[in-house]
Amino acid sequence: MNARNRELFALIPASLLVTAGFAAVFIQRDDLLSDLSLTYGLIFLALCLAAHLVLRMTLPDADPYLFALVAVLACFGLVVLYRLDEDFARDQAQWFVVGLIVFTATIVALREDHRVLERYRYVIASGGILLLLLPRLGSPTNGAYLSFNMGPISFQPAELAKIAIVIFLASYLRDTRQVLVVGARRFAGITFPPLKHLGPLLAVWGTAMVLLFVIQDLGSSLMFFGGFLALVYVATNRISFVLIGLALFALGARVLYAIRPTIESRVDAWLHPFDPDLYNQEIGGSYQIAQSIFTQADGGFFGEGFGQALIRLGNETPLLPAAHTDFIYAAITAELGLVGAVAVLLVYLLIIERGFKTAMLATDSFSKLLAVGLTSVLALQVFVIVGGVTKLIPLTGVTLPFISYGGSSIVANFILLALLLLVSDRARREAMA
Amino acid sequence: MNAPILKLFVLVLLLFAALAGMTSYNSVIKAEDYRDNALNKRPQIQQALVKRGVIRARDGSLLARSEKGDDDIYRRRYAPGALRFSHALGYDYALTIGRAGLERSQNDALAGEDDELTSIVDDLSGKRTVGDNVITNLDPAAQQIALNALGGRRGSVVAIEPATGKVRVMASSPGYDPNSLRDAKVFSQLNRENTSPLFNRATQAGYVPGSTMKVVTAAAALDSGKFTPESTVVGTSPINVSGVPLKNFSDAQFGAITLTTALTNSVNTVWAQVAEKIGDDTYADYMKRFGFGSDPPLDYPEAQLTPSGVFDVKRQKPIAVDSGRVDIGRVAIGQERLRVTPLQMATVVATVANGGMRMKPHLTSRIVDADGRTVQRIEPEEAERVMSEKSAAQLTQMMANVVREGTGTAAALQGIEVAGKTGTAELNIPQRLNQPWFVGFAPRSSPKIAIAVTLENLVGAQGGTVAAPIAKQVMESLLR
Repeated sequence: MNARNRELFALIPASLLVTAGFAAVFIQRDDLLSDLSLTYGLIFLALCLAAHLVLRMTLPDADPYLFALVAVLACFGLVVLYRLDEDFARDQAQWFVVGLIVFTATIVALREDHRVLERYRYVIASGGILLLLLPRLGSPTNGAYLSFNMGPISFQPAELAKIAIVIFLASYLRDTRQVLVVGARRFAGITFPPLKHLGPLLAVWGTAMVLLFVIQDLGSSLMFFGGFLALVYVATNRISFVLIGLALFALGARVLYAIRPTIESRVDAWLHPFDPDLYNQEIGGSYQIAQSIFTQADGGFFGEGFGQALIRLGNETPLLPAAHTDFIYAAITAELGLVGAVAVLLVYLLIIERGFKTAMLATDSFSKLLAVGLTSVLALQVFVIVGGVTKLIPLTGVTLPFISYGGSSIVANFILLALLLLVSDRARREAMA
Repeated sequence: MNAPILKLFVLVLLLFAALAGMTSYNSVIKAEDYRDNALNKRPQIQQALVKRGVIRARDGSLLARSEKGDDDIYRRRYAPGALRFSHALGYDYALTIGRAGLERSQNDALAGEDDELTSIVDDLSGKRTVGDNVITNLDPAAQQIALNALGGRRGSVVAIEPATGKVRVMASSPGYDPNSLRDAKVFSQLNRENTSPLFNRATQAGYVPGSTMKVVTAAAALDSGKFTPESTVVGTSPINVSGVPLKNFSDAQFGAITLTTALTNSVNTVWAQVAEKIGDDTYADYMKRFGFGSDPPLDYPEAQLTPSGVFDVKRQKPIAVDSGRVDIGRVAIGQERLRVTPLQMATVVATVANGGMRMKPHLTSRIVDADGRTVQRIEPEEAERVMSEKSAAQLTQMMANVVREGTGTAAALQGIEVAGKTGTAELNIPQRLNQPWFVGFAPRSSPKIAIAVTLENLVGAQGGTVAAPIAKQVMESLLR
């Protein structure tokens, strides 16, 4: 069976899932089991089929599982959002259409050879950094500059910037990886990169630090910097470079912790979520993380059942704040239990595995590094938000890719998927040839 | 470059394993602790989404019900008739100030969480939507008479059916309007008031029992076989008890008199000698049998139950009567550092009335589901045999004498023989502050009701003149 046929079959469970999910929500709401649930499922299936046909025509050899796995996450997210608030789900569905259009456009534009991106690496890098600085024009949310408002649309540029920065780094490291290794000096038992090539690397570190100071968001900075370190590691195979990078990042984070009250209060809330003073603090306290934990505690092994968890009262007072964005993982845990939450994590792991597999198959360095970088930032994004929501690390607000409500997240992650598929198509074709 | 990619994937696997681990920790391993966390209001909100059962008085009148708000949350409303039962009922404002009283002790039934049979039916249709109803033993008419008789003064009346342990009256004055506690500010305000209106004096107050304690002493004397009602003891005043002179009331002098006479006239010096003869160990044993020293087995929250006994008043700690550090002669007449609840004293006389068998007191009569089916009926339950039927009969005879011709004549009912004992604990002799008591039961031959009445800090008040008439009115209402 060829790759696209496998993909087609893999889409069947996704469409069944979305239909069953909507049916569950309808039953829970005591509505008649209207054919609306089937309609939603059919529309979603039609969208997936359209995307599948695009892939069939443009990237016939690309990885057969990536798109299907993303479709599973996307439809799951849609059902969860529908259960939380129909309006969110409707908006999100519209964003899916936009996302799939951008997805198609990316593939069509780059299908000849995605490596043309290398030519524009400085443009892309500057664009990414500019995007990150944009929200500074607006006002901060919870002390962090994360979103930019254009009329009615709130746009989170970090989502797109992460892709731009990965493209730049992949291209830059393809050029310099050899010299970084060859020119390295050992000093005090640690291998240091050569000074003249250290410059750009320090520039990246500096950028991450500036980001940290400018947008004051540890989560996105961690995501960018983690992606950077992953790329440096794969490009040079030198753990020591990673350790130096981590030490530098830690230093920056420590300084920020000392001077920025928002970061400090997030760490305090993480360490002492059930301290009554922090809990009752009006701004920047531990109320949100404590509610997240309490919501998860209701889940148990199998959850309270779909649509059964206590998320809000009546039509207003939310019990779990930001249930549709930052804390959607807590809502999933409450409703579907440990089993459901771990299943979601497993789907992400499968996507990550396909991403790394694509990187390993790719024959040229740029494609390899691009696939590694994109997969790493996706993995880190999941880690940062799920880790924050479960109190593994201090909470910082990033979206749960393909599941959380949010247009920029959907669009950016579909571009990420398109790039991975582009790399995969070429790599697999060359491997077969 | 493939080797580092593989290692990177292993790192991602480890990170995700940590995520799964943390999720298990939150949702399964530590879930119980998190649900019990004081900051976590989710369990209470879950319960408030279920329509809480109603609470009714013995005659079926509605005391408490729930009303749904705009936010889908049910909130408690108390009927006007519930005001007189504010302490026994308690309140349910779980999301703000918490729960108390029956609302707390019967929470599982009211919230619909204890009944498996209907739960299965509910499971089929989704979730439980309504809790069970609680029917109490409380008697609105008698309760109102008790409160009227207390007349706003600080004090308490407890009335129990001796054979069944049904609590018919549980009055504590002053009271409060449970509806007012909806405003948490009112709650903290009432908490600070020095008349302590939220405090249930019937189950929580530690009062000096005075001569009502002689009922316990007499029970120990008769049942231990060391005395009979006809045993004679010389009642001169004062005598030396534990190295300190002890006087009779008004320093009255008695010669060699029977125990019956000594109870009728409440002769301190006789009962002190009797207790010294019985000894610490035996006396402590009888106190324990009557239920002193532990929380009464009432269907009421533990936090609102206080044990009765001898207390180290400074350190708020109980002292064992047989520890050798207690003046047993003064315990026998209700002095020393003895502190008792009205519920305990009602239990003492109810036990005598029930032929020496102590029954467990209970406020709840039965639990009924929303369709009117009885889910649980609270049957009479024996707590402990305190004394033989013969001893109980002898003691009843002696107590009947107290009301017929002794200090308790004010409790006598027309045509119904009452047995009882008065008490007047002198709390502050220069200011003449007394704690008047009456404990007793009626009718003497087949007792239907046992009662304890007491008032706090009244100038010059005597048990026989202040407490006994209140007991009379309440018993009259209950026996009618």
